Amino acid sequence: MSQKLITAKRKTVSSIPRPRWQRVVRRFARRPMAVTGLILVVGFVLFALLGPILLSDPNQQDFAAILQTPSLAHLLGTDDLGRDVFARIANGARVSLMAGVMSTALALIIGITIGLITGFYRGWVDVIVMRIVDVMLAFPFLIFAVGLAAILGASLTNVIIALAVSQVPEVIRIARGEAMAIREQEFVSGAVADGARDGTIMFRYIAPNAMGAFIVQATVAIPAAIIGEATLSFLGLGVQPPMSSWGIMLTSAQQYLAQAPYLALFPGIAIALTALGFNLLGDGLRDVLDPKETR
Amino acid sequence: MSEQPVLEVSNLVKHFQSGSRLGGGRTVVRAVDGVDLTIGRGEILGLVGESGSGKSTVGSCIARLTQPTSGTIRLLGRDISTLSRREMRPLRSEVHVVFQDPYSSLNPRMTVGQIVTEPLRQHHRGGRAERNRIVSDMLERTGLSLELVGRYPHELSGGQRQRVALARALVLGPSLVIADEPVSALDVSVQASILNVILDLQVELGFSCLFITHDLSVVEFISDRIAVMYLGKIVETATRAELFRDPQHPYTQALLSAAPMADPSSARGRERIILSGDLPSPTEEISGCPFHARCPVAIDRCRTEVPRLLGVTSPEHQSACHLVTAENGAPHIKQGDKNLVHNAS
Repeated sequence: MSQKLITAKRKTVSSIPRPRWQRVVRRFARRPMAVTGLILVVGFVLFALLGPILLSDPNQQDFAAILQTPSLAHLLGTDDLGRDVFARIANGARVSLMAGVMSTALALIIGITIGLITGFYRGWVDVIVMRIVDVMLAFPFLIFAVGLAAILGASLTNVIIALAVSQVPEVIRIARGEAMAIREQEFVSGAVADGARDGTIMFRYIAPNAMGAFIVQATVAIPAAIIGEATLSFLGLGVQPPMSSWGIMLTSAQQYLAQAPYLALFPGIAIALTALGFNLLGDGLRDVLDPKETR
Repeated sequence: MSEQPVLEVSNLVKHFQSGSRLGGGRTVVRAVDGVDLTIGRGEILGLVGESGSGKSTVGSCIARLTQPTSGTIRLLGRDISTLSRREMRPLRSEVHVVFQDPYSSLNPRMTVGQIVTEPLRQHHRGGRAERNRIVSDMLERTGLSLELVGRYPHELSGGQRQRVALARALVLGPSLVIADEPVSALDVSVQASILNVILDLQVELGFSCLFITHDLSVVEFISDRIAVMYLGKIVETATRAELFRDPQHPYTQALLSAAPMADPSSARGRERIILSGDLPSPTEEISGCPFHARCPVAIDRCRTEVPRLLGVTSPEHQSACHLVTAENGAPHIKQGDKNLVHNAS
């Protein structure tokens, strides 16, 4: 007891608490929707990682079993070449998730950096960058990506680059807007008075306060990029057969929509569930990371 | 007063450009139009004026949060008025600001502990343990419980937030603190406790302070010396007792007569001076004394010649009015010939 009193009376804090991760985790766990999103995303990631190892060869053709409906032997049926659809979805998950997540991550890193700098400093750099952004935004996202992919050539890396570059202008615009709004707030003047460098202000003061907008952008962009990859592959600009992706599966299923609609259905469900997972996860993260949110 | 003042401002001007950048319709807002002031070591200078008089702009120019248009600002003898952001950074340990709104002046994503540690981080002061000791000490001095270190600003009351802002401003031991309406956003009951903390800490730490406010009872309570601002210019400056005893400038007289009094019976006996008109727009250039249009005792000279801030009756009591003379002292605006004087009803 007396020992306790002495420790309580000590006049320094032993450490300056940082945002508490346990608290963030606890608050996250309290949101069923967010947890559902996390489970979906983690589930698909595991599926992409383990599926191709555990399941049969996705390129194994069995001409005795073409366009079969789902059965115990082939959980999701077989395609026009007698390949197991379940194995191919697992295999395609790698390409789709890689394309979606990597391109969005790349776009966010580049776009946030450029957007924060132009929004913070304004001036002629801002004018030039924003005019370039306007020109890029004049093209629809997919048209731009298709053009870039056509120039770069068909490969997974090039698909990721093409999708990332097409996303950058939107991210720049969002980051710039946030930077312009937040830099006018008094706590930024306070940081200047603290003696903070410009870089510190941008990445320690402005970026965390814009986190909500960035997370929302990411949750919208990842599904869009997955569909973007599907489109590029559909046009022959993405990964090449026999490699599979959800996009390729959708496109080849198109010819058999009448005979075997499940061929299109299952990759479609995979895309929808992944998109849903990222959306729910993003919503949850945004709320949980905002200290003002009380729950 | 032979030692060097902490702050010397001379002829500070800040004009804001507004309107279209492509020619035509461009107006200049003369927020600050030639301000001189000096703050000695350990002195609290109260800067009063109505809203729009430019007092906050003076504060942010001195803290170099805005770039002054012209004039010099000497902090500890060094001219900081033209320093770049980078050059100014090392000097930021000597001057800090407490803002009016404690709801927006603290980063909502940082804990109290982090906020108060930030200045130490930026100036690379001390190691981890050293910083924790300084921060704890500062929080305690401002009257905050150490249990609050892990809290976020939105979890605190207005008064607590302003204490955090004060701790943040003082943690580097600055020579000068600019307090821009630090209690205006608070409840009256909380105002008094914050003002007392500022006064106590001033005695303990010995910083100088530019205290900006529109509240006369607050300046009277806290200031050693008072400067009265009107339309971008300082019209009168004197020690607190002197200013309240003998307000010389007609504007100061009107301002003091308008202050509410705690004792209604004595308030009933006094005359209130009600000025006609509003504060003129700071976009138009006014010839002569900036106050002449509203001044009940203005003479022709006031409309043409700008009065300078001079210590006519004593060097410590300066006012910018043509009518203040060494022989007769200040004009009494209640006997003005414009008949603009009303009794309080």
